[in-house]
Amino acid sequence: MDGYTIEHHTYDVVVVGAGGAGLRATFGMADKGLSTACVTKVFPTRSHTVAAQGGISASLSNMGEDKWQWHMYDTVKGSDWLGDQDAIEYMCREAIPAVLELEHQGVPFSRTDEGKIYQRPFGGMTTNYGEGVAVRTCAAADRTGHAILHTLYQQSLKRNAKFFIEHFATDLIMDDDGVCRGVMAWDLTTGVLRIFHAQTVILATGGYGRTWFSATSAHTCTGDGNGMVIRAGLPLQDMEFTQFHPTGIYGAGCLITEGARGEGGYLTNAKNERFMERYAPSAKDLASRDVVSRAMTCEINDGRGVGSDGDHIHLHLEHLGEKLIQERLPGIAGSARIFAGVDITREPIPVLPTVHYNMGGIPTNIHGEVVTRNGDSSDTVVPGLMAIGECACVSVHGANRLGSNSLLDIIVFGRSAANRCAEILKAGATQPEINQSQIDPLLGRFDQIRHAKGGHPTAGIRDRMQRTMQKHAAVFRTEETMQSGIHKLDAIYASFEDVAVSDSSMVWNSDLMETLELDNMLQCAQTSLHCAVDRKESRGAHAREDYPDRDDKNWMKHSLCWVEKGGATRFDSRPVHEYTLTDEVDYIPPKERVY
Amino acid sequence: MTEFKLPPNSIIQSGKTWPVPEGARQIQRFRIYRYNPNGVENPRWDIYQLDTENCGNMVLDALLLIKNEIDPGLTFRRSCREGICGSCAMNIGGTNTLACTRSIDEFGGNEITISPLPHMGVLKDLVPDLTHFYAQHASIKPWIEPKEIPADGREQLQSPEERKRLDGLYECIMCASCSTSCPSYWWNSDKYLGPATLLQGYRWIADSRDGNLKERLDQMDDAFKLYRCHTIMNCTNTCPKGLNPAKAIAEIKKELVRR
Repeated sequence: MDGYTIEHHTYDVVVVGAGGAGLRATFGMADKGLSTACVTKVFPTRSHTVAAQGGISASLSNMGEDKWQWHMYDTVKGSDWLGDQDAIEYMCREAIPAVLELEHQGVPFSRTDEGKIYQRPFGGMTTNYGEGVAVRTCAAADRTGHAILHTLYQQSLKRNAKFFIEHFATDLIMDDDGVCRGVMAWDLTTGVLRIFHAQTVILATGGYGRTWFSATSAHTCTGDGNGMVIRAGLPLQDMEFTQFHPTGIYGAGCLITEGARGEGGYLTNAKNERFMERYAPSAKDLASRDVVSRAMTCEINDGRGVGSDGDHIHLHLEHLGEKLIQERLPGIAGSARIFAGVDITREPIPVLPTVHYNMGGIPTNIHGEVVTRNGDSSDTVVPGLMAIGECACVSVHGANRLGSNSLLDIIVFGRSAANRCAEILKAGATQPEINQSQIDPLLGRFDQIRHAKGGHPTAGIRDRMQRTMQKHAAVFRTEETMQSGIHKLDAIYASFEDVAVSDSSMVWNSDLMETLELDNMLQCAQTSLHCAVDRKESRGAHAREDYPDRDDKNWMKHSLCWVEKGGATRFDSRPVHEYTLTDEVDYIPPKERVY
Repeated sequence: MTEFKLPPNSIIQSGKTWPVPEGARQIQRFRIYRYNPNGVENPRWDIYQLDTENCGNMVLDALLLIKNEIDPGLTFRRSCREGICGSCAMNIGGTNTLACTRSIDEFGGNEITISPLPHMGVLKDLVPDLTHFYAQHASIKPWIEPKEIPADGREQLQSPEERKRLDGLYECIMCASCSTSCPSYWWNSDKYLGPATLLQGYRWIADSRDGNLKERLDQMDDAFKLYRCHTIMNCTNTCPKGLNPAKAIAEIKKELVRR
């Protein structure tokens, strides 16, 4: 391959992504004395963690009695029993020191009168195993993600962590034994291709919300790590589970935090009825997100939506008063004004369930190590490869994530990955050489896409994919709608072979970058829709009208999905861990999930 | 007479005018700065014409529509599209702001001019080089040096009133709109820290949990780093988050007088 400037770099660990998980892992690694580089396609504080609003859950008991065991129960129930209980125990137990550590690192949390970290109620968070409402979600007004991400970046600066900013990671470098040896990245600023040699590569690339037409996710949420894993011949897990956030702004899709309902906001239909009382008599507007999103969709489908087309729902905050809004929800007051033209102290916000979070992703254990099925073993570790944050599937969220558990996930497992690396790696250990034959195929793919002169511009393929997913991988699903979606998606997937890239330059070629992102999103779309058809039950966020019940007998398992070259999918599964991490808490057996 | 020579390839030329889309009814013209870093071409102004009936409300929607349907080569940073990540800061209609939170209507007129943040090196089209800006931010040690972490591992206590002092400071998204609107920063950005970094600096000075006040003030007490601020106020006028960097700078000056 001529005409490329290629530079080699060697580190003990390379982290791909600089959101919350990536940054926490990066400076954790620096603390442990491992040489670490963080490769990120955007400047760290622009990562999508910045947009998290409501808070981070931890049973600190600052505003009422709480226990991590209750938090664990809520998370298991929220996951519709698809979460692995050893991992959930680990996360909920570690939540308390993790959040306190964030405070020590400078996160500007809101405060109680006593000067402690302020907490607010959130959906699905209860006390005493479902009896009362827990006040568990630690908040910095409604900008908690921003506060945390900036703090993590500051802590990385403090440790002088090495960043490769505005570098787009294209592919993992795998050797013949299936060991990950490094990652290739394209430096947007100079046009240089960099080959990173590493004892361990940690993927922290976030979700793939932009696979849908309307999502709260940033433009950069394109499932890059998931795409790299599929191309490395590894499976993705539980990709059928996509969370629709109940309150995306109608039209724009921007997020209005669940904290708005945590602070006392409520939803109404066209009859001005607080309909959540019918669907979740106990938790009402603070039922978990899948439940609320389904209820809203039912109301709209039954002709009780608001607006001239009856196609959305109202979120009321007017009764909260200006003072509370100013203090606790200033950010969404701005978003509602800018994107819906609404003064939330006077009028309701028009909202609609909007794609928000991907529960599925790269299967890992609680240390962040990527696992796969190898014959009879369902927990075979892929050497040299880890995944953390939204791109990973540990699985702590199972079939449905609870609000404020994702900021927790990224901190706890970012730290866990750093601890694991410190345990298993030797700083400065000699690494085997990477052969040119391992790099050539990756260069070949890059070069081919860069010079693609087909008949389908990137934006057109992306638009068709997004519209197909919006229509056929929606809140409610049936065999028929999904099969017709697969039919369309197969053609869209195939059309990428004939993609057109208009620009072949190497410096800040955003057309090429969007095309590489599209390739990654297509792997996510393909696995997501195929897994959805495959799973013949309703569980958490996966709601099938033709299989309305949860089927623990046949489907209490994680789905695994591989994509062959050409787009054909292959399935297998891994058992759900029906055990806890320690003896301090018992396994929580499945039961009916009501709120 | 002294003769001044501009660097090569620095004069902006007029570029391509793209045709009006077929069947367009509400036409809005955009005049956009283009620069290809191949070392050969001069920058240019390209004119794009959109049917606003087919476009979202925001300036970013117009840029995305141009990129998706007219000219895939047009390059700009963008991510969250809701004003929190700070990627899409640029100069729109003469004002530094975020493309994602400003509506096309606000700028009105038959043509809207869009260029990169002023007085920065340009990497390509609307993408400025922010390396120096980020290095200045890092230079002020923008992290907490805790006075004392409680022995029991619990949080450092901070009263709601103490916490309130951080409001208007911690919300900064580092978009660089303010610094690049400041004439003093244009002139002396090699030494003057500029409003964004100074606001970040005051964020730590104001934090009751921080124990590094003396060193922070020592570092700020510099004719260039701090005192190149001449209260021009462009920073505060332009901040897309409604923050007040000029006030934060004044607070630092007051702290220095006080000691």
